[in-house]
Amino acid sequence: MNQNKSADNVFKILVAVLAASALIILLITGYTLLSGSLPVLERFGLSFFTGTQWNPVEGREVFGALPYLLGTLVTSAIALLIGVPLSLGIAIFLVEMAPRAVRVPVSYFVDILAAVPSVIYGLWGLFVLRYWLVDYIETPLSTYLGWIPVFSGTPYGLDVFTAGVILAIMIIPTISSVSREVIKAVPNSIREGAYSIGATRWEVIRNWVLSYGKSGLFGAVILGLGRAIGETMAVTMVIGNTVGPAAIPTSLFKGSQTMSSLIANGFLEATPASLELPAYIGVGLLLLLLSLSINVLAEIMVSRVLKVKGGAVE
Amino acid sequence: MKSYAFRKFKDKLFFFLSLGCVLVALAPLASILLEVIVRGAPQLSIQFLTQPAGVIGSSAGGVGPAIEGTLILIALTSLIGIPLGIMSGIYLAEYGNNKYATLMRMFNNVLTEFPSIVVGLTVFIVVVLSIGHFSPIAGAIALSFILIPVVARTTEESLKLVPNSVREASLALGVNRWRTILSVVLPSAKGGLVTGTLLAVARIAGETAPLIMTVLGNQNFFQGFSQPMDALPLRIWRDALLPYPEFQAQGWGAALILILIVLGINIGVRWVSTRLGG
Repeated sequence: MNQNKSADNVFKILVAVLAASALIILLITGYTLLSGSLPVLERFGLSFFTGTQWNPVEGREVFGALPYLLGTLVTSAIALLIGVPLSLGIAIFLVEMAPRAVRVPVSYFVDILAAVPSVIYGLWGLFVLRYWLVDYIETPLSTYLGWIPVFSGTPYGLDVFTAGVILAIMIIPTISSVSREVIKAVPNSIREGAYSIGATRWEVIRNWVLSYGKSGLFGAVILGLGRAIGETMAVTMVIGNTVGPAAIPTSLFKGSQTMSSLIANGFLEATPASLELPAYIGVGLLLLLLSLSINVLAEIMVSRVLKVKGGAVE
Repeated sequence: MKSYAFRKFKDKLFFFLSLGCVLVALAPLASILLEVIVRGAPQLSIQFLTQPAGVIGSSAGGVGPAIEGTLILIALTSLIGIPLGIMSGIYLAEYGNNKYATLMRMFNNVLTEFPSIVVGLTVFIVVVLSIGHFSPIAGAIALSFILIPVVARTTEESLKLVPNSVREASLALGVNRWRTILSVVLPSAKGGLVTGTLLAVARIAGETAPLIMTVLGNQNFFQGFSQPMDALPLRIWRDALLPYPEFQAQGWGAALILILIVLGINIGVRWVSTRLGG
């Protein structure tokens, strides 16, 4: 009997230790990136985060991560501007409007959209979407509105706008599936109450359902933002990959660079013993911190809402 | 108060707007699948599937090494990631009613949404730099960092669906808790476990960013664990960026194979699980 008990304890301790794998991986990552980028952080200090130059030539090296931070933020913002309304529309349609015969296949296809590998989005963006955007959106916008700085430049398709659109497509499955859960978690009594005072379906959705699920929907959006910020391959293939001050995203129709695309493009060409490698690692550290804080925020918001569901509805 | 007719009109308008959102979101999926099939299918031949990449200017050659590399990566990653993920999920489901587990669950979810390129950087520094060369093992380690949290989550969710009466029946027969979990609870959760794990494997099969700095890519077939190796996503990326049409065409061919693997697993698994579950 005693032996049984101790075997049980050994097993419990074993799985308890393995349950920490995620934490251990996170700690290894944090430590590695911090210590790997220390040479650059010590040498350039805060100017590593505020500088715009990127020059690996020995003796004259200077590294600033600001343009890529901006590139990441701007492309992600475009992705949210396009992706959030579409995702909410899909979630509302699927939960509140669609009959079962439509709901099942559509949710299925949205899930498939999430399964397509990022490099295939990149390939498609590079050879298909890019030309489509240039012909139907970028050229008209720059012809008629080119005097506005954000629409200036010659549309070429390998730019901030294309990267933002690709990201929008890629975050739709994330945002719409979490929103779907959140909207489903709104108790039916709320809908029934609203219908009973004569509201139309749209009024019920807008004034009751969406406002009830507000913080969960916000969490879904943040989760989508986290995905957009970390996304690498598709963006790398369509963003034009400029380096230095030219990478600051001043116009939609201009090449730029995100933190992840900078690493994917330049990392292998870095001279091993120089400061260039630590500089890329430093950009990785910045990306890590940004993504970590966004995902923790999303995690807290979404879990709080879906926990309420567990207690109140079921 | 606005007129009822206007409110009714607005209701209809938003119905069609929502429907429009669905159509707009699904259009890219249709376009991607169409383009990959139309541009990739003409590439397919026995030679394309088995030969290494050809020289510039000739359309001979194929993606044999990339297919082989992707299969090796899937196998190695599963070997490392699945057991660790399942064990981790067992704790969260079976012993997970405490603060420690809540915290670990959160870290697990955070790792699920981690930028994969950061994982690549880390494994490059920790593994590639310390052993001194690119290696399929480094690639598999990087991919298992991505696989573990997904498998852990899916294990937890499937184990929680097993009714407690099953556990109680086994414990009442005098079976230990660990044997109960491994030989009674785990098999009862088999369906969800296999589905979730296969979906996770499909996801890592298409990962590219962590491979750039761990397995690097290679023109040749597998050359041992201390040499760079090719993989389908890497081949697609490299071919797409080369200025030669014959290589770009091969990139589309490789994309077709990758999408067949990934979506094949996805669609197959979902089809089987709705059949069994429904």
